[in-house]
Amino acid sequence: MTVFDPGFSPSSGYGQTLPPDWPGGFWLHWGVFVVIILVFVLAMVMGFIYLERRGIGRFQVRLGPNRVGPFGVLQPVADAIKVLLKEDIIPAKGDRWVHWLAPVVAFVPVVMIFAVVPFQDGALLADLNIGILYVVAISSISVVGIFMAGWGSNNKFSLLGAMRTVAQEVSYEIPLVLSILGVVLIAGSLSLNDIVKVQSIPFILLQPLGFLIYFIGACAEINRTPFDLLEADSEIVAGFHTEYSGMKFALFYLVEYAEALAISAIITTLFLGGWRGPVLPPFLWFLIKVVGVFFLIFWIRSTIPRVRVDQLMAFAWKCLLPLALINLLITGVEVLVLPEALPWTIIFLNLAIMAVLIALWSKLFRLGGGRVEV
Amino acid sequence: MALKTEPFVVNIGPAHPSTHGVFRMRTTLDGEVIVDMEPVFGYLHRGIEKLAEERTYTGVIPLTDRLDYLASMSNNLAYVLAVEKLAEIPVPGRAEYLRVIMAELQRIASHLIAVGAFLNDCGAFMTPLLYMLREREKILDLFEMVSGQRLTYNYMRVGGVSQDVPEEFIPALGKFVKVMPGFIDEYDQLLAENEILLARAKGVGILPKELAINISASGPVLRASGVKWDIRKADPYSIYDRFEFDIPTGTVGDCYDRYRVRIQEMRQSVRILKQALEQLPQGEVRSDVPHLLRPPVGEVYGHIEAPKGELGFYLVSDNSIAPYRFHIRAPSLINLTALRDMIVGWKVADAIIIFGSIDICMGEVDR
Repeated sequence: MTVFDPGFSPSSGYGQTLPPDWPGGFWLHWGVFVVIILVFVLAMVMGFIYLERRGIGRFQVRLGPNRVGPFGVLQPVADAIKVLLKEDIIPAKGDRWVHWLAPVVAFVPVVMIFAVVPFQDGALLADLNIGILYVVAISSISVVGIFMAGWGSNNKFSLLGAMRTVAQEVSYEIPLVLSILGVVLIAGSLSLNDIVKVQSIPFILLQPLGFLIYFIGACAEINRTPFDLLEADSEIVAGFHTEYSGMKFALFYLVEYAEALAISAIITTLFLGGWRGPVLPPFLWFLIKVVGVFFLIFWIRSTIPRVRVDQLMAFAWKCLLPLALINLLITGVEVLVLPEALPWTIIFLNLAIMAVLIALWSKLFRLGGGRVEV
Repeated sequence: MALKTEPFVVNIGPAHPSTHGVFRMRTTLDGEVIVDMEPVFGYLHRGIEKLAEERTYTGVIPLTDRLDYLASMSNNLAYVLAVEKLAEIPVPGRAEYLRVIMAELQRIASHLIAVGAFLNDCGAFMTPLLYMLREREKILDLFEMVSGQRLTYNYMRVGGVSQDVPEEFIPALGKFVKVMPGFIDEYDQLLAENEILLARAKGVGILPKELAINISASGPVLRASGVKWDIRKADPYSIYDRFEFDIPTGTVGDCYDRYRVRIQEMRQSVRILKQALEQLPQGEVRSDVPHLLRPPVGEVYGHIEAPKGELGFYLVSDNSIAPYRFHIRAPSLINLTALRDMIVGWKVADAIIIFGSIDICMGEVDR
């Protein structure tokens, strides 16, 4: 039975996705959640843009936007209106169709990720039993859109940015997936809802190294500093979206923040216990954690410099990949050998292992690369 | 089967976020690696040297403001020193001290921009730059007190300075000198030991000692390569022989050394400011100089240690009211000549930070 089977009933088909008295059948459920996800993504992206601009303003000893509406909260709305009114320019020698299609190809998969993210217990569009695999698969489609943008623009900076993206995202996909496997081993399920349900202790404590690898890999996946090579402002102007204007540029802007939102939501779900939490309603917990992760992402953005392209690749293959493999091995051993161990033992053991491994790698591993003789 | 490939020519600039003005690097790329680079400049040429030959000796001072617009005070100082040397004009003691104070404040302001822009080029999203602009703002406030301007000060005069400082200046400067070392430490701690910055800047864009001397590089670029050459010590002008300070030098000559040297130089400048503030005498700030100055026939080369290197003015006088020949030895231009040797073989991202670490000002390169 597939999700798109009209005979699908949320109360019977896919585990305990919904309370049995949930009104309406599959199509109602589908329609309601599509609307919820679109509204959630757009609203949160606007919130994130405001939050990031104000937050980075604070980090940079300035005020940030504060003119439109109270405390500048309407600034994203004003920006949206502005980009809508801008002229849409297609480069004369660009590939018209590829150029046109690229923002769509980049945007759609990001929204699709939210189909499997549980906002609270069972509140999700489709509780796929391969949920996390779905996330990994879908999230890498955006790269195609970004490469199409770089190719279709007929601009050298865009092409450089696009080339960097492809190399980067293909490399970081691997440690990313391997670090998720640790969580999957402990949870014993690929469904995101189930993963949340088994997290009586947030997995960030049981999988500290996995969390770090996932977080770094995710930052690279969504092209956030220090891995924002594809739109490196000081190097290749704006990278793949140099030639975009108007609504198409707005879509890429939206993709950037929607990806950040998606990654924050996935990290929340996998490592921070999702919607679980005392006192407050589950959905609010989910939101708080998502915003917390996002805060961490833009905190990093406003602090540290960018790595170089060869260092970026070296970091993925020489540092993150071995660490992810070791993490997977250790987790596997722990699940097999110490299934009955007290959680605190495992937590301290894993923290110690992480500290040792990171210390070891920082000694052994050097970001290589250098001058090429020409 | 070998694929047919051809070089990928990318114009970085003239309008590019990190060309610090309107500089163009015509780079030939092999993937990300730069195999060739041709610098193209002249986009900001205003003919200042020729314009100066049509003006009186005192009327040239505002033009010098527009050379290195991030260090106008230093430009003023270099020019008036050259004219004073040519016409043998005495300068009152208080004016000498005020000049040194302004020049050192200007050095701090210029280095703040240099370091901030360098870190920004490394990809630290605006934060270091904006922190450094915060302190530069305080220096600009001080300059505004004395000259009424925030960018082109036109403060120095042949034979002194345009006016004495207002009474609120000295306490304000005292406060600045007191707090500035703390802020320099803050910038230092922000990123100095950052792993990414070390990986990006250490060993990148090395300018060997011999090459640095051969191209006659000067300023922090030369000192970072390990040459202890500072005109304030090597050929003391004004009253620099009365102050105690060190010349910070680097060892390797890479981008990181240049960054470190600038940070250290700011500390030394604060040291000089402290001493100058203690010794500052009372008295006149300007000697009597005719508006239409007619220096005796002859030629002169006056040079100072400007923030970016050796800034020299070469003047030829034919005893008329305007210089017969007016030439500027701009440190930015001469330091820039090493650019190709430094960036070939590195990647695009490195080229940007190597270029940023030289710290040029296009107003001075093109004049």
